[in-house]
Amino acid sequence: MLQYDLVVVGGGPAGMAAALQAKEEGVAKIVILERAESLGGILEQCIHTGFGLHYFGEELSGPEYAGRFIREVQQTDIDVMCDTMVLDISDANVVTAVNKTQGLMQIRATAVVLAMGCRERPRGALSIAGTRPSGIMTAGTAQKYVNIDGYMPGKKVVILGSGDIGLIMARRMTLEGAEVKVVCELMPYSSGLQRNIVQCLEDFNIPLRLSCTVVETHGKERLEGVTIADVDERLQPIPGTEQYIPCDTLMLSVGLIPENELSKGVGVPLDNVTKGPVVDEYRETLHPGIFACGNVLQVHDLVDYVTEESKIAGKGAANYIFGKKKGGAYAATKGVNGVRYIVPQRVNVRGGEKVKLYFRVGQVYRNAKVTVTCNGQTLLSRKRPKLAPGEMENVTLTEEQLAAMNEGDEIVVGIEE
Amino acid sequence: MKRNLVCIACPIGCPIEVELNDAGEVVGVTGNTCPRGEAYARTEVTHPVRSLTTSVKVEGGVHPVVPVKTAAPIPKEKMFDCMQVINAVTLQAPVAIGDVVVKDICGLGVDVVATNND
Ligand SMILES: Cc1cc2nc3c(=O)[nH]c(=O)nc-3n(C[C@H](O)[C@H](O)[C@H](O)COP(=O)(O)OP(=O)(O)OC[C@H]3O[C@@H](n4cnc5c(N)ncnc54)[C@H](O)[C@@H]3O)c2cc1C
Ligand code: SF4
Repeated sequence: MLQYDLVVVGGGPAGMAAALQAKEEGVAKIVILERAESLGGILEQCIHTGFGLHYFGEELSGPEYAGRFIREVQQTDIDVMCDTMVLDISDANVVTAVNKTQGLMQIRATAVVLAMGCRERPRGALSIAGTRPSGIMTAGTAQKYVNIDGYMPGKKVVILGSGDIGLIMARRMTLEGAEVKVVCELMPYSSGLQRNIVQCLEDFNIPLRLSCTVVETHGKERLEGVTIADVDERLQPIPGTEQYIPCDTLMLSVGLIPENELSKGVGVPLDNVTKGPVVDEYRETLHPGIFACGNVLQVHDLVDYVTEESKIAGKGAANYIFGKKKGGAYAATKGVNGVRYIVPQRVNVRGGEKVKLYFRVGQVYRNAKVTVTCNGQTLLSRKRPKLAPGEMENVTLTEEQLAAMNEGDEIVVGIEE
Repeated sequence: MKRNLVCIACPIGCPIEVELNDAGEVVGVTGNTCPRGEAYARTEVTHPVRSLTTSVKVEGGVHPVVPVKTAAPIPKEKMFDCMQVINAVTLQAPVAIGDVVVKDICGLGVDVVATNND
């Protein structure tokens, strides 16, 4: 059986940053297992710019951002196995993987970092009436067709869902000569970044219809059109508002789900809201020695935050490997009044370090306050001009604030209007 | 006159208000959280620019296309002109990150460069 100090599952930006950080902390034997033919993850197909502004201070495309980490990995003695799919992780941290050259292999790992990313919610998760012709795909699949395979999936496009991938693809298809008729969003707000609404839709006069959905698809072999309708506050289609739109392509950009089959297999408890593992401030799951970071932990819209989070996980894994993990007392974090979730879900208050809490809100707020309380005492109250579900927020708790807490305390983050 | 913009210079997306005088000159910018926002707002109300990212055909490489970008932002209204020029190009592998694919596209003084290897 192969033996590594650290096995990283997934070679996207999360896996690479975690491996590099662990290497910097002095971990000797590290391997990254990636099922695709090369490192880079989803960034390889994200050819638009907008990556790295926080981390590198410049605006890079996805492949350029990934490229910098790939080069760094190549300059270390971190082992990389591509075309290698991880099938299982056992209770004793034995990783089972398979590839064409080595076949089935087992690797005993002291620590494991889960960095499998996320996948798009497929059409099956939606309930649209009508036929099932070709021409219906997720926006990410369309992105791969256009940007990697160099093939245009259609000419007249309707996009359901205003997630960032959908917005980016609206611009991409328009630039390549397709006509994007409308982007329909079920909710009364877009889940995409404001900047993408401006530069992907408004720049090209593509209409964004909020509180609107696709109720039926038409066409036998190939999609011929869709029926859209407005929805009420309960998100139910309003009779009489139906409208037929001819199109040959329907792209779905209705959300991403962390890819946690492996995590479930090893019995790592997941958070009901994030759909990712429950973790502490070093992104260690409730299974000792198994860490998680990037989109497998929570869906990120900024790769810069993925890198930041993954370095924390890499450091945590190194501490674990060197037996330097601090014993402690754990407080739980809890979102109230509009705060949908918080990562990490638990914090070692004896860690002796400041801790950043990342969270998302459930609706748009203007001039609201973010407050953090513990045992009825207000620790923090910060004014924010704007809070939106599409944008991840954070607050930092100081070492002193944490040291004053005890095992079982609740750190409560909420929004006050 | 006032114009309300959303800053697209970074993913935070600050709401910005630009105050213009009768001659169309910028007399005030508010709402930005950093200097990049002010620079964006000033350009946006006078001569808006965008970075263009797309792909170019490659022969003999691993993939049939390689991604490219304009090395600097170009005037917004020139995007489709540039697309026409780029779509007429076919590269020969190997292509490396940073290779110039089209020099001085449409006479704009900006090169189109590869953003991945192939
Ligand atoms: C379409 C799109 C557009 C985006 N646009 C922007 C943007 O403009 N700006 C920005 O900052 N961020 C953007 N993001 C966000 C950012 O790119 C992602 O958050 C980031 O890439 C996530 O990194 P990751 O490593 O967690 O996941 P991924 O990049 O998805 O990497 C996960 C890797 O794990 C591998 N894997 C999964 N399961 C297994 C297994 N069982 N065995 C082996 N390997 C496995 C996968 O093949 C993949 O390579 C965008 C994201 C998407 C999807
Ligand atoms: S003003 Fe600065 S912080 Fe705000 S969106 Fe623009 S670049 Fe980002």
